[in-house]
Order: sequence, then C-alpha cells, then structure tokens
Amino acid sequence: MAELRLDVAVSLRTFELRVALDVHAETVAVVGPSGAGKSTLLRAIAGLVPARGRVEVDGRDWSALATERRSVGFVFQDYALFPHLSVRGNVAFGGPPEDLLERLGIAQLADAHPRDLSGGERQRVALARALARKPEVLLLDEPLAALDAHTRDMTRVELRATLRELGLPTIVVTHDFVDAAALADRVGVLVDGALVQVGRADELISAPVSAFVARFAGGNVLHGHAHRADTLTSVELDDRNVIVSTDDAQGEVAAVVYPWDVTLARAMPSDSAQNHVQAEVTSVVPVANRVRVTVGAVTAEITAESAQRLQIREGDLLVASWKATATRLVAL
Amino acid sequence: MRLLFGAAAAVALTFLALPVVAIFLRVSPTTLVHELSDPVARDALVVSLRTSALAQALVVGLGTPTAYLLATRRFRGRTVLLTLVELPLVLPPAVAGIGLLAAFGRTGLLSTSIPFTQLAVVLAIAFVSAPFFVRTAVASFEGLDPTLIAAARTLGAGPWRVFARVALPLAASGLGAGLALSFARGLGEFGATIMFAGSLQRVTQTLSLAIYAEFARNFDVALAMGALLVAFSFILLLVVKWLSFGWTSPFRSAPSSSA
Repeated sequence: MAELRLDVAVSLRTFELRVALDVHAETVAVVGPSGAGKSTLLRAIAGLVPARGRVEVDGRDWSALATERRSVGFVFQDYALFPHLSVRGNVAFGGPPEDLLERLGIAQLADAHPRDLSGGERQRVALARALARKPEVLLLDEPLAALDAHTRDMTRVELRATLRELGLPTIVVTHDFVDAAALADRVGVLVDGALVQVGRADELISAPVSAFVARFAGGNVLHGHAHRADTLTSVELDDRNVIVSTDDAQGEVAAVVYPWDVTLARAMPSDSAQNHVQAEVTSVVPVANRVRVTVGAVTAEITAESAQRLQIREGDLLVASWKATATRLVAL
Repeated sequence: MRLLFGAAAAVALTFLALPVVAIFLRVSPTTLVHELSDPVARDALVVSLRTSALAQALVVGLGTPTAYLLATRRFRGRTVLLTLVELPLVLPPAVAGIGLLAAFGRTGLLSTSIPFTQLAVVLAIAFVSAPFFVRTAVASFEGLDPTLIAAARTLGAGPWRVFARVALPLAASGLGAGLALSFARGLGEFGATIMFAGSLQRVTQTLSLAIYAEFARNFDVALAMGALLVAFSFILLLVVKWLSFGWTSPFRSAPSSSA
C-alpha cells in the first residue's frame, strides 16, 4: 500500500514551516489562510524548495533526490500548462497521453491549445498531465481556485471521484474549508507553518481545537468568560449577553456555534434550554437555496422558505437561538 | 504646446528620414539594381553575407547557452559578467579593433595569423554584435514563467530537457528578435573590421567597407550598396518588431520601442 511519510522543515521569512504527516492511500487537504506555508509544503515535497528532514515514499527516502527524480504528480495553482504545446503535447510531456485523455474526458481537445480552453478544461488537462508519469504521490495546489463558482461545483465532484479512483497518497492545498471537506478524507489546518489539527472534516467541525479552526470550519466565534455550574457552563459574552453550554470550561473561552444550528425568530421564545440573543440584522446574503443572516455577532444559515416567512430585512430586530448542546467551548 | 511639440517632432523626423530618402531619390530603382552588378558591389555582398552568417552562427551557438546560464543562475560576480557582455555595446569601434589585434594579432596575446583574413571579419562582427543578441536572450530567459520550469521538472524533465523542450521554445521569439538586432548591427560593422581585417576586395571587404572605398571613385555604386543596407536594416527591424509584439501589430499601432 502506497504511503507518504513527511517530516519536513523549511525556513520561511517570518516563521518556520514544520510538518510531520503520514498520508496513506487517501486524500489529505491542507487548509489555512494565505501565507501559512501551504504551497511551500507541496514544493518541499516535490523538491522545488530546499527542505530539511525527510520525505519518505513507501520507505524510500526522497530527501536527496532532485525534483525530476521524485515521482510526484503536481497540479499547479494556475495549472502552468505549456503554452507552446497542445493538450496532447502537454500530457505527453509526462508520459503516454492517450488513455488519460480518454479517461478525463478531454480526448476531443487533444489538438487544442491551452489558451483556447475553459478553466474547467485546463484543470482536467493539468490533472491528466500530472498523472501521465504514473506518479506515486499526487500534489494539488488550489486546484479549484482559478474556476468560476458554477464550474467549481461540478469540478469539485469530478475531482473527488477521480482522486477516490486513483487511490494515491494525495495532498490538496486549499484556502477553502468547503473544498477541503468535499475533496479530502482528512483535513489538516495549517497556521503559521504548523498543523494545529488533523482529522475528518466532521471532527474538525464538532471538536475544533482552537477558535481559529472553528472559524475556519465556518463557525461563529464569540469571546466570553465561562463559569461552570452543575451540568451547564454559563458564558458571559463580551457584549454582556449570557449563554449556556454543555461543554466544561472555566475562564476566558471562545464559544463556537455553527450557522446551521442557529434558528431565527421575531419574538423571544420561552424555551430556557436554548440560548437567545436579540440583535439587529446587519446582512442578508442568499447562498444557493439558503440564506445567511447576520444578527449582531451571530450568523445563521436558514432555508429560503424560513427567510421568506420571516420577511427579514436589514435593520430588523431578531432573536437568534441555539441549543446549549450546539455551543462548543474552545481555547482562544 | 501642441504646436511646439508638433514642430519639434516634424524637424526631428525630417532630419532622420532625409539621408535615407536621399539615397533612394538620387538613383532610380533600375540604376540601383544595375549598379549592384558592379564586381566590387557583388564581391562585397558575398563577403558580407558569408561573414555575417558565420558570425551570427557563432553568436547564437555560444550566446544562447551563455544567456541561459546568466539568466537562470545566481552567483557572485554575475553583474560583473553581465556588464562585461554588454561592454562592446558602448566600446568605440576603434577600441574593439585594437583590442582584437592585441588579442589575436601576430604579436598579440594569442599570437595567431587571423588578422586580415575573412575569419578576422567574422570575429570582428561577432565581437561587436554579440551583446545585442545576448542581452535580448538573457531578458527572454529571465522573462520565462518559473512555474512552467517547475512544472517541467515535476514531469521528470532534467536540466537538458527543461532547456530544450520548455525554455528554448518559449524564449524563441525573443531569441529571434535578438538575432535580427545582432545581424543588423553586424552588417553595418566598420571600425573594428577595417582595423582587424583590412579592406581587401573579395576577402575582407564587406558592404560597409566597400561603400567607404567606392564613394570617392564611383558614388552611384556606393549609393546602391547603401540602399541595399538600408533595405536589409529596415527588414531586420521589422522582424524584431514582429517577433517582439506578435504578427498582428506592426502596421497598426505597435509600441514604438524595439526589443
């Protein structure tokens, strides 16, 4: 079974990138803000930037090998297709092209030039080219970032299926948690050169190790002071509202609540097991068939029908409610 | 302001165009072709084309790898080397000539019998025109997208394949523009050639040298050769512009700088 074992360090301008990670025949997404060292990690694995430590593939040490001797398939952020070669020429640069053109559905584009392709087509050509040398490890740098929203949704699904089918140790770098969750079996959050948490996307959502991870996974993060009492912890938020959580904590904490756990109402419900925060609506943004409504410090994601029923407008006074069990307390 | 600048531009353009126009107005196209059949002109043309071709082959053959190294490697003394390569650009031709004699002359550093042979013409042309090619070539290689080079390497291409399959084809139009500039400069070479190679008809007398030798003896032949050089230069500059800005622009609104 193919396996990539990493323990690498690269000195960057303001911090050191230091990553230890084992990737089996699976896709691991490395997510993080720009400048966290995500691309550098891929480049270090490919030998494009000098790194200390070890890169091991199936027990063989790659550290001393030049890039061209490392069996990687690398999909670059803007795809880096050779502009002077046709689609076939690009793929053939790595190895025999015909099967791959067929398999990725770009056989009809074989004689086209990269400049004549759409974003989604370029992405497929880049992937075909990366696979042409039959790599042992696949590295993808922001494979969806260059695509428009519509193409992105379709390509995400296709790419997921292709990666599954290949069964190669794969690292996908992205700044988007949704892409990471959709593409990868495991997600690692990289902050200032260090992996702060690695796990399945749902693990990161349900048990984020820090406020940063929670915010990255899409959560609302509210700062406050926690007091443990019996079965519930009460948290006095910075804005003086008090909420409760079933998590155990004491002192300064971040309370995390996800937008899909929040419901909205016009009047204060009489349900004491819930947290309620009344505030003004500051933004209403439709996202596909849902609507993201920001009420004070909390963003809720509700169905389009609910939004319709409540007739929400900016400036309205609404009550955002969520359960104590949906309130996670994490370190700041 | 508009009037003043317009007037200045009119004077400048007239001044620049006048000598060129004069060459073509003085002799009719038919006499021009006729005068070119003069043995002096024919021999000079052959010498010029042969030496230029050899010199440019030398410039491209050695200049391309040199430019690639200078563009892709970072090392101590790189700036000094780049300056050295560009030096012949600003060197007075007489200095180039005396330098070549000091290096390759019978009593020179390498003490060869090259001076006053056709090879001397080739070397003189190569010496003064190489910087035009190398400078443009360095700029073309430096302008390559480093991600494309990285992509080639991840696809298993070693240094040689990266150069031959990616760097060279992508820099090709820049190299072509550099070659055209270098060719144009080499055709007009005069000072270094006459000092290092002399002006022997059929051996070292190039078109430029022949114009100088003929203008007192037979002005029309000199003019005809001059017209020929103007035509060559014009075509070469057009080639430079085409290669630099693509095939669509030169007759429309091409940027006015060359390479």
